[in-house]
Amino acid sequence: MKLNDFLCKKSEWLKASGPKSNVAISTRARVARNVAGHLYFNRADNTERKRTLQTLVSAVKKTKMLKKSLYLPINDLSKLDRNFLVERQLMSREHMVDVEHKGLVVEENEIVSLMLNEEDHLRIQVIQSGFSIMDTWRILDEIDTELANYVSFDYSDKFGYLTSCPTNTGTGLRASVMLHLPILSMTGQIENVFNAISKLGLTMRGFYGEDTEAAGDFFQISNQVALGHSEMDVLDNLERILNKIIIREEASRKELFLKKKEEISDRIFRSYGTLKSARIITSSETIKLLSSIRLGIDLGLIKDISIEKVNEVLLCMQPAHLQKINGREISPYERDVKRADLIREKLVKK
Amino acid sequence: MRCNICGRREATVHLTEVVNEKVTKLHLCEECAKAKSDEMQSHFGLAELLSGLVDFNPSVSDGQLKKNLTTKCPVCGMTYYDFQNTGRLGCGTCYETFSDKLSELLKKIHGADRHTGKVPYRTAKTAKTVVNEKSIKDLKDELSELVIKEEFEKAVFLRDKIKDLEEK
Repeated sequence: MKLNDFLCKKSEWLKASGPKSNVAISTRARVARNVAGHLYFNRADNTERKRTLQTLVSAVKKTKMLKKSLYLPINDLSKLDRNFLVERQLMSREHMVDVEHKGLVVEENEIVSLMLNEEDHLRIQVIQSGFSIMDTWRILDEIDTELANYVSFDYSDKFGYLTSCPTNTGTGLRASVMLHLPILSMTGQIENVFNAISKLGLTMRGFYGEDTEAAGDFFQISNQVALGHSEMDVLDNLERILNKIIIREEASRKELFLKKKEEISDRIFRSYGTLKSARIITSSETIKLLSSIRLGIDLGLIKDISIEKVNEVLLCMQPAHLQKINGREISPYERDVKRADLIREKLVKK
Repeated sequence: MRCNICGRREATVHLTEVVNEKVTKLHLCEECAKAKSDEMQSHFGLAELLSGLVDFNPSVSDGQLKKNLTTKCPVCGMTYYDFQNTGRLGCGTCYETFSDKLSELLKKIHGADRHTGKVPYRTAKTAKTVVNEKSIKDLKDELSELVIKEEFEKAVFLRDKIKDLEEK
């Protein structure tokens, strides 16, 4: 398997096959781990970083769960390829800098990825379609446990898993769900959500936005606390709260559609028309319009486009993907043209 | 308390700014604090804001504070002062070296300083026990030497230390 194979494949989390895919796009969870007896990345020189990388790579090779995975030394990748991996949510932006002795392991369905020598020696990530917190944790827990057979992680009885940044100390776990909340956002209820969750140990931020304002009503909600609560407590808390938010969004969709049928239909079909006809389009406009389409599908107004297709376009219309698909570097203006081409191709052609 | 910048989210970072001898207190949410720290990134970062949580400890004298800040981690050589500047620890042993200060910081971040989650199946724990066993053996050897030399004061101290380690 090579990096470019991912271009022709669909990431598992795009498939809209998970629970509540009408509102929840994907569920992601990661744990932070460090190799016992090794200096942390920020403190390690090149020899130490190399030693850590080798320890981890050989541990990964011994696992059964990661047999079918691709190992990528970040240093060997072009800038474009690194951006491509970030857009696919397989690694963080931080993993793109200071790249010597950094590595990435990607499992063939892109459900599991491992960042080696990021801020912590190891970040294990699992990403799944829809709203499936417990299932995502189950996979993550299994891989973490299997890896621990081959490498000793830094752990203290008092503080739990030891991490470079104290915000991760304890479980090292951060779980997040990406939600599409167009109606809570339109009706201003999102403010209440913001306020409420920050009091409950969760945090929320806009997603896909290039500005601080979240474009297209996509929000990522995650836990903040890693110490003093077990993984199950933290995840259960997150699941219960998100469930309430999802139910509220669904109910508000129905309610508002009954009250303002023409207004909402108008907005959705105008978005549909623009996306299918545009010849030049920016990424932020695309996100806003796709948000309307996604809502239109859930309300039963749009029948010839699937949620899976919308998810796919959201991914592929990003700069690095457009350039990889076209096989060359493209200027920002030309990207807007190529983006419009890609959208018409994906949405109009059957 | 609401964030002073966006007025929307709960303020979790509290910042005192001194500009031309004028003191301004800012209460920010995490996002606005991040934006603000980006603004001042060349000399000020979120890492510093974060470690600022334990900067102030009136019960400790200046001399004591200086000493605390210059204690070096025996494994990676990091001082608590370094940690305050970077917001990142240098190795697992830092957690033992700065245990008290970190406990205080972790309580402020997480509301707790004790892990209750997953225990690794075969990990650092075994490694640590091995280290402990080894050091206990070394200490016991040292103890018999002290007894032979009749240095009882030191021996009593060491005996208690071994007892502590064995109880852990």
